[in-house]
Amino acid sequence: MDKTRFNELHKKLGAKMVEFVGWEMPIEYKGIIDEHMAVRTRAGLFDVSHMGEVLVTGKGALAYVQWLTPNDAARLGPGQVQYTALMTPESTFVDDMLVYCMGPETYFLVVNAANVAKDFAWIAGHTKGFDVKVENQSAAYSQVALQGPLAEKILQPLTDVNLAGMKSFWWARGKVSGISCLVSRTGYTGEDGFEVYTTDPNPGPVWTTIIEKGTPLGLLPIGLGARDTLRLESKLMLYGNDITDQTTVLEADLKWIVKLQKGDFLGKPVIERQLAEGLKRKLVGFELVDKGVARPHYPAYVRGRRAAEVCSGTFSPLLKKSIGLVYLPLEATAVGTEFEIGIRDRMAKAKVVPTPFYKRADRK
Amino acid sequence: MYPNDFYYTKDHEWIKLEGDEGLVGITDFAQHQLGDIIFVELPQVGKELGTHQSIGVVESVKSVSDVYSPVAGLITAVNDDLSQTADLLNKDPHGKGWIIRLKIKEKKELGGLMKASEYEKFLEGLEA
Repeated sequence: MDKTRFNELHKKLGAKMVEFVGWEMPIEYKGIIDEHMAVRTRAGLFDVSHMGEVLVTGKGALAYVQWLTPNDAARLGPGQVQYTALMTPESTFVDDMLVYCMGPETYFLVVNAANVAKDFAWIAGHTKGFDVKVENQSAAYSQVALQGPLAEKILQPLTDVNLAGMKSFWWARGKVSGISCLVSRTGYTGEDGFEVYTTDPNPGPVWTTIIEKGTPLGLLPIGLGARDTLRLESKLMLYGNDITDQTTVLEADLKWIVKLQKGDFLGKPVIERQLAEGLKRKLVGFELVDKGVARPHYPAYVRGRRAAEVCSGTFSPLLKKSIGLVYLPLEATAVGTEFEIGIRDRMAKAKVVPTPFYKRADRK
Repeated sequence: MYPNDFYYTKDHEWIKLEGDEGLVGITDFAQHQLGDIIFVELPQVGKELGTHQSIGVVESVKSVSDVYSPVAGLITAVNDDLSQTADLLNKDPHGKGWIIRLKIKEKKELGGLMKASEYEKFLEGLEA
């Protein structure tokens, strides 16, 4: 298994380690519920070094990013970040990703750990006709995410980056505990927070000083278990579960990342066709009405007919209910629609609910 | 840590002999592996269980696990407290977190189970 540069630190903190897409990662430390609630009410620190980073440079960099993605990267100035996706010509997903604008000829793409090799091959494989250079920088980068209402308070004393002046989805370079980093106000939890990237070969102090500074304020280290419950409550997509190469961007309820007027891009014709014809199915949020937990791949039945499989499903530590996402036939997607999920040998009642399941009170 | 008067299975269940009956639960090791337990699917009183038959299912935040009966028997009681407070299984797995009581069919089946010191050795072997 691959190990991040913080691996030993997790073990010292008593983490339960598991294998995740070829990496040895912490799944939990104190416990999923405690970790989840720490992020929602105080702060949590995640090691996300397994994510991938691809640099696209050259005179054709913007044009190339525009071709590969549905969102409008031309709106980004240096210092801005955008959520978008790598699309297939069928308007399905290669991956979802963040695009950081570093300059008119420099775009930094951050992709899912599970897809690094695939995404890099995709990004490197469509450059014909574009004046670009593509570089896989994933191995060089370590990354941590500090998330929660106290994130800014904990990080500011450790960095010369002006966090109070940083809006959501912006980034800046600076030092964190003496180490050169890129800091962005982004995250995968639905809380305020920062993601900190560094290519320093000894990034340990970034982790240890944040833990030191934050622990007296109630910060906890957070594993992949709570990472999943947090992102699901906020209806953030997980590639492989909610979005795949079999789901279109409109079916995934991600129309907001599609900017048709920006020009041509991979998958655009299919999107236009789906807009004209209408969708046959759509990703919706549900909660279980009966007792139990609906998990990924459990069958979903609409009016007695098997219609789909649960994409994401877990027990929400905050809401104390079983929540999840599923692609239902369009006629069953209205909020309040009741349907059933097969849990082992019984049929459990579920209903479509609005998403996100949780939204934080203030948004910067 | 592991009560001396319990018998233990390789699937991390325990059974405590009380006359002709046995009280059954999961061990501290099991609850720790499962993580935060949120729901237990309990069987009905009166159900006949075979050796190693599934008693029910424990749902934790991140996983689902079957609990297996250490011996064959007839369920005479079920811990209803668990339907309200499933995390009793985490907090007191050897005590208040008991799952079922059953009338044991063949007491000699207990001979095939581990005693506390054997179970502790077994756990050390797992963590190696």
